[in-house]
Amino acid sequence: MTDPTPRMNTTRRAFLTVTGAALVVRPAKATPASMAAAIRQAIGETHVKPGRIKLNVPPLVENGNVVAVSVSVESPMTEKDYVKTIHIFTEKNPQPNVISFRLNARSGKAEVQTRIRLADTQTVVAICEMSDGSCWSDKVDVILTLSACLEDPI
Amino acid sequence: MAARTLINVPPKAKRGEIIQIKTLISHIMENGFRSDNIGKPIPRDIITAFTCAYNGEKIFEATLYPAISANPFITFHTVATESGMLAFQWTGDNGFSQEATAKITVE
Repeated sequence: MTDPTPRMNTTRRAFLTVTGAALVVRPAKATPASMAAAIRQAIGETHVKPGRIKLNVPPLVENGNVVAVSVSVESPMTEKDYVKTIHIFTEKNPQPNVISFRLNARSGKAEVQTRIRLADTQTVVAICEMSDGSCWSDKVDVILTLSACLEDPI
Repeated sequence: MAARTLINVPPKAKRGEIIQIKTLISHIMENGFRSDNIGKPIPRDIITAFTCAYNGEKIFEATLYPAISANPFITFHTVATESGMLAFQWTGDNGFSQEATAKITVE
């Protein structure tokens, strides 16, 4: 009668269920380390140098659900020298990958635009791989006032 | 499950001219990280791939991840080589597939 164990057990179980569920539901967050891993997966072990690529993201974003992004790469876009891929990565979105574009010599101009989601104030990185295998990157720090992805639907 | 698409390709171009192609498709792009009002996770439903072929030859591809906004908008460039058809295809989760075409006349 005075043994509090059953009640405590229930509470403990309930507590564990609730926290367990919360842990499962809580969206994973990318970290600079997981972003580095995603970059390695996309371009291999090539050394990434800054330059040649320009990432345009507004430095102050009001709504993280729709962020206009454009990437351009300095390249003659000929059969011998062209941009093979352009990748965009983020540091703190639930997943580091954002989008990967595959271009070829017929593209004429290495410039792409899209609209992305940002979950937090963070660094956005663009990396391109040239036909000669070299990789170039650019990064922009973006300040965000309303985040995307994680809030509940209306 | 037809999604609305909007393609912007110049109808006429000079041979060798670099043209800009803008594409937009209506799609929810549910990222799979959200839960509904009773805490049940909403399954992911996104477009994962986009391709563009110019007279059958693939000229542009993109792999999309959940961080792309709803109604994916993609702009890219190509060299106008010959008159013909540009074919666009979007594929995604739950067997999603949508195609669209645009005509171009090269002089």
